[in-house]
Amino acid sequence: MSASTETRVPEAAKRTTAGWSQSLHDWVTTVDHKRLGILYIAAGFFFLVIGGVEAILMRAQLAVPANTLLEPQEFNRLFTMHGTTMVFLVGMPIITGFGNYLIPLMIGARDMAFPRLNAWGFWMFLLGGIVLYMSYFASMGLYGAGTAPDVGWFAYAPLAGKAFSRGNATDYWILGILISGFGSVSGAINMVTTTLTMRCPGMKMNRLPLFVWMMLVVSFLILLALPVLTGAQVMLLFDRFMGAHFFDTQAGGDAVLWQHFFWFFGHPEVYILMIPGFAYASEIIPVFSRKVIFGYSFMVAATIAIGLVAVGVWAHHMFTVGLGKGLSVWFAVMTMIVGIPTGIKLFNWIATLYGGKILLRTPMLFCIGFIGQFLVAGLSGILLSGAPLNWQLSDSYFVVAHFHYVLIGGLVFTIFGACYYWFPKMTGRMLSERLGRWHFWLFFVGFHLTFTTMHVQGVLGMPRRIYTYPAERGWEVWNAISSSGAILQALGVAVFLFALVQAFRRPQWAGPDPWNAWTLEWSTSSPPPAYNFLTIPEVRSRRPLWDLKHPDDPDWEHE
Amino acid sequence: MTQPLALPMEPATWNRGRVGMACLIFGESTFFSVFVVAYLFYIGKSASGPQPSDVLEFPVFATVCLLSSSATAGLAVKALTQSNTVRAGLALALTVGLGAGFLGATANEWFGLIYGHGLTIGTNLFGTTFYSLVGFHAAHVGLGLLMLTLVLGGVLGGKVGAGDSERVEMVTWYWHFVDAVWIVVLTTVYVVGV
Repeated sequence: MSASTETRVPEAAKRTTAGWSQSLHDWVTTVDHKRLGILYIAAGFFFLVIGGVEAILMRAQLAVPANTLLEPQEFNRLFTMHGTTMVFLVGMPIITGFGNYLIPLMIGARDMAFPRLNAWGFWMFLLGGIVLYMSYFASMGLYGAGTAPDVGWFAYAPLAGKAFSRGNATDYWILGILISGFGSVSGAINMVTTTLTMRCPGMKMNRLPLFVWMMLVVSFLILLALPVLTGAQVMLLFDRFMGAHFFDTQAGGDAVLWQHFFWFFGHPEVYILMIPGFAYASEIIPVFSRKVIFGYSFMVAATIAIGLVAVGVWAHHMFTVGLGKGLSVWFAVMTMIVGIPTGIKLFNWIATLYGGKILLRTPMLFCIGFIGQFLVAGLSGILLSGAPLNWQLSDSYFVVAHFHYVLIGGLVFTIFGACYYWFPKMTGRMLSERLGRWHFWLFFVGFHLTFTTMHVQGVLGMPRRIYTYPAERGWEVWNAISSSGAILQALGVAVFLFALVQAFRRPQWAGPDPWNAWTLEWSTSSPPPAYNFLTIPEVRSRRPLWDLKHPDDPDWEHE
Repeated sequence: MTQPLALPMEPATWNRGRVGMACLIFGESTFFSVFVVAYLFYIGKSASGPQPSDVLEFPVFATVCLLSSSATAGLAVKALTQSNTVRAGLALALTVGLGAGFLGATANEWFGLIYGHGLTIGTNLFGTTFYSLVGFHAAHVGLGLLMLTLVLGGVLGGKVGAGDSERVEMVTWYWHFVDAVWIVVLTTVYVVGV
């Protein structure tokens, strides 16, 4: 790859003479989409470390049978906080952060449509996270019952109602997520509006980078799904504080209604988290294959199709409550249909790799890991969509394996890939390739040790959310392997954090376009100036930088 | 890449404000849908009385107030576009008055339900779903009313003029949305539910 590094210190990366209080003030009051994007991502990684520590504690407890490291109640709190943290305080801010940072740069705009709303969204998200974690200190409540919430990340009512969840821990869960939900919705409004109204001249919808297309679909899904959760949480609050009966079976309330509401949010939420992973991969894979993405319009159509099907599959999380034959068949078939657009995407990425001049740099390593792992995740998902098999495997470690394959093997891998790919743009510095490889291989091996084995535990009948298990069930070896993998994953993340520090201690300057890429964000300096582009660019194809670099053979002649 | 310093083009019809407000309305609609679904789902499932047919009366006055306020809000925007601030102020004042009339009618209805029939949010499933759905709608009316009052104050104080008609129109979009939600609430609670 030519001209991958620079020796000059970029203007914007030079240490400012402002003191720390001034620079803190600047970061807290910023409305710049780039700074807010970085704040989102940094906060997401902060919570990733917390959620990771919770995971490590659980894996330590489960490493050997009949362990007494954690109290049962403490284990319940850990899996609740781990799930809630990873979905709402890690996944959501990181995808919003990359969206915030990259959408205006990719469409040739100077900021998001509503910069102040953007800042408001970030601080609401952070407030929500703080409220959730305040529960550890503040929720002893009326009855002295509990500290952190212990109702699971989906907080099934009526079990999350006042009668069964005493004290205030559950209220912290409700309020924390509700508040951060306001942030997500405002972020989605901003992303849709920016994409639809702020595109530079020539940036027609059919020339949008796939990243932007996919974030547009994600934003619509957020607008569709998040308010449903907010509404259901408000109902739960009314039940808990005002004596309402939404989920009160004593007064005729329905025990399954919350599940419907929650999963009507919860399943689109899975795609809200996963489609951004597709978005990163769809930008990274072409650049490191030195080929244009295969089947651009099919990728867009498949994304929209996933978004549409996403709203009709929620009850596949509920096969075991007994939906009846008609609904079970409907949700099973709809769920299997998801495999079609997702399969189209997988084939398109593979077709992009096919015949390409593949460069195995760190971002590409993570994306190739993603392709294989996401395939497995999709296949186990199709297995689980068959209602009869689901009755057997639901609430077992097979399900835990499945969704960690989606969210780690799929999302977290692409997030790491995206970090290595766009970190040079955000800071003007490269991340070390050597450390990146260590990070990838540690995390890759650790991931498979932990989660590939969990399929076996699940088939052997180990239920999820148990705090310990007896020795003679045949689960010991698998659990020991799972737990050892967790250590490798933690080491991988530690290497990544070290690489971040190294990038600042021994900077290797990146220059505006270290990957020889094609989208507009690489046309401005690294890091970009506050106004992004001195002159608003004008584009004629999907790869404006290719056109600029190859005036003899521009893309717009072929599109 | 040679474009002089200029903001990106905003299409004349779908500019930032319009798309943003449309998105907000979309999100709010899904929020209301949950409460409508809960209401419909729990019709006739209350374990004890009172039932809707015992206590609810079709809210004619409130409905007339709110539906006509949409028209006056539209008139206000039209007048403002034509720089006719007097007429805009009058139409806005009328809109605020009609909105307040709606809230007053709701307050009156709730007073009768609570003190006359002993129906509260904790009485039965009907009370739970009724106060939540109607209450959230009323809260949104209140928010719209606050925004309209601010606009009215601006018009009276000479701070809001023809140049702001686009922004004022966005406030009325929200108001029309609240109005549309009322039609759904009305159908759900006072037609289907009784």
